[in-house]
Amino acid sequence: MEPLDLELEEGELELPSEPMHLNMGPAHPAMHGTVRIVLELSGETIHKADVQIGYLHRGFEKMCERGTWAQVFPYVDRCNYVSPMLNNVGYALAVEKLCDIVVPDRCQWYRMALGELARISDHLTCLAAMGMELGAFTPFLWLMKGREMIYDILEEETGARVTHSFGRIGGVAHPPTAGFKKMCTGVLPRVISLVEEAEKLLLKNRIFLDRVEGVGIISKADAVALSWTGPCLRSTGVSYDVRKAHPYLKYDEVEFVVPVGTGGDNLDRFLVRLEEIRQSKSIILQSIERMADEGPVNVDDPRVMLPEKESVYTTIEGTIQHFKLIMEGAKVPKGEVYSYTEGGNGELGFYLVSDGTGTPYRVRIRPPCFPIVGGLGKLITGRMLSDVIPTFGSLNMIGGECDH
Amino acid sequence: MSKLVLEKLAQKFGAAIVETHSDHGDDTARVTPAAWKDICRYLRTDPALDFDMLVDMCGVDYPERGATNERLEVVLHLYSIGRRHRVRLKTRVGDEDMDDADLDSVTSIWAGANWFEREVFDMSGVTFKGHPDLRRILMYPEFEGHPLLKDYPAQRTQPLIPYRTEAEAGLPLDKLAPFREDEGMSFGRKAWGTPGEGEPS
Repeated sequence: MEPLDLELEEGELELPSEPMHLNMGPAHPAMHGTVRIVLELSGETIHKADVQIGYLHRGFEKMCERGTWAQVFPYVDRCNYVSPMLNNVGYALAVEKLCDIVVPDRCQWYRMALGELARISDHLTCLAAMGMELGAFTPFLWLMKGREMIYDILEEETGARVTHSFGRIGGVAHPPTAGFKKMCTGVLPRVISLVEEAEKLLLKNRIFLDRVEGVGIISKADAVALSWTGPCLRSTGVSYDVRKAHPYLKYDEVEFVVPVGTGGDNLDRFLVRLEEIRQSKSIILQSIERMADEGPVNVDDPRVMLPEKESVYTTIEGTIQHFKLIMEGAKVPKGEVYSYTEGGNGELGFYLVSDGTGTPYRVRIRPPCFPIVGGLGKLITGRMLSDVIPTFGSLNMIGGECDH
Repeated sequence: MSKLVLEKLAQKFGAAIVETHSDHGDDTARVTPAAWKDICRYLRTDPALDFDMLVDMCGVDYPERGATNERLEVVLHLYSIGRRHRVRLKTRVGDEDMDDADLDSVTSIWAGANWFEREVFDMSGVTFKGHPDLRRILMYPEFEGHPLLKDYPAQRTQPLIPYRTEAEAGLPLDKLAPFREDEGMSFGRKAWGTPGEGEPS
């Protein structure tokens, strides 16, 4: 056999290549919601990424224009389905701002405690999913166990595990149950111990660290320019938390720290959420300590509150009031308002326009996920294909919220 | 909240500010669409205002204002991380048929405006001049119309795959299930011994 003796210039043997297009999603095992990322790859490096959302669009804002103000509560539940209570509270506060209603202290503490429980479950879900997508299944199970305990409390309080529809204009659907405080003090230490165990497994794990540390970095200025809020913004070092910067409910009366990161990478986002779970626990314990056991929960305002069931059945005034509130809805004064709270993923805003009737003229939700996912393309461009998974996981996209 | 922002705006732009109010503590200024971008740039760059974050952008439809080319109100919420103040900026564009509903894009001022403007375009039909990539974002490309306009019927459907016709089905459509029993399934219901529709149990 003759020796191969060809005079070849370097590179001549390489095949001509063109960028490869790859669809990730809309149904990908590691995509939390339904999102599609069209990638242009050169080898395994991402040249261009086009993030496409909208697969879970359900016309939230259009639907709100067809019912009464109170009928929006079940919809906001379904916007962020891992922390629906925060959405309930956010929407209730927005309508109350428009009506100039302030709910009694007991209700404010109660809303705070429930909201922080929801925040813990939101963060637990994000951390668990992030670990699982990188192959760590045990921490996922442990964190989900913690979330299940929190769901048990919420189920006891509201009657539903996930979609509570518990908020009301001017209060909540039911006063706290007798065992609420005891449940919180009993469950929270167990949740935290589960978090600690999961943390040990992940933060000393070489595989996990290699894939999150220094990956998906975003600078302070970029994060602000991209309208990022919440844990993702704080991971870059900007200490903006609505609860501290513009306190609502009783957040100015409790002590808590706003954890911030330094580098803005995936690990920082992970650590910020981890610390926020502990802070939320401390807020809940302070709230239930200061929440009175007796006293009114709902505001005493016949314009928005349903009358007692007993008077509905026995008096004509009660029947009429009930009928009007259900059929026509509470009349919200004419005007516009933007109310913002700290949701699980950042600033959750509601911009409401009322024309003075019982039906909203316009309900605009500012979902914190939307701008965050808008920045995903920037984070993954220039990185490797495998970096998409941890980066996307750390942003905690909630499809229902992002796609309205 | 301080009225500093509104005062500075009135001083600098005068006639371009149509009206202002501070209802419920939200400082609001309505401006002319022509001055939209200049005002945004001023709000972003002035060191005393320093609105570095675009919080939200949305469209609100008022069909009865179409006669004066003020049908759609574009509402912008801005926030300054450093100074911790907010402002709401509004402008009105579009006639009855949403023609001439153009507005200058502010993507060059806030990068985050990209998706928000795409959403307003998709949902309310405002064309943003100078936007780098103005596509639908929540709806699919084949979708016709803009769902958040008040004259878009809420019950209207635009399926990507057309529904069956009566001729095709041979049955009145209201009598027809969207799919026949077990249609498209790789296994039959009989596998579990449960009777199907129309069969004796």
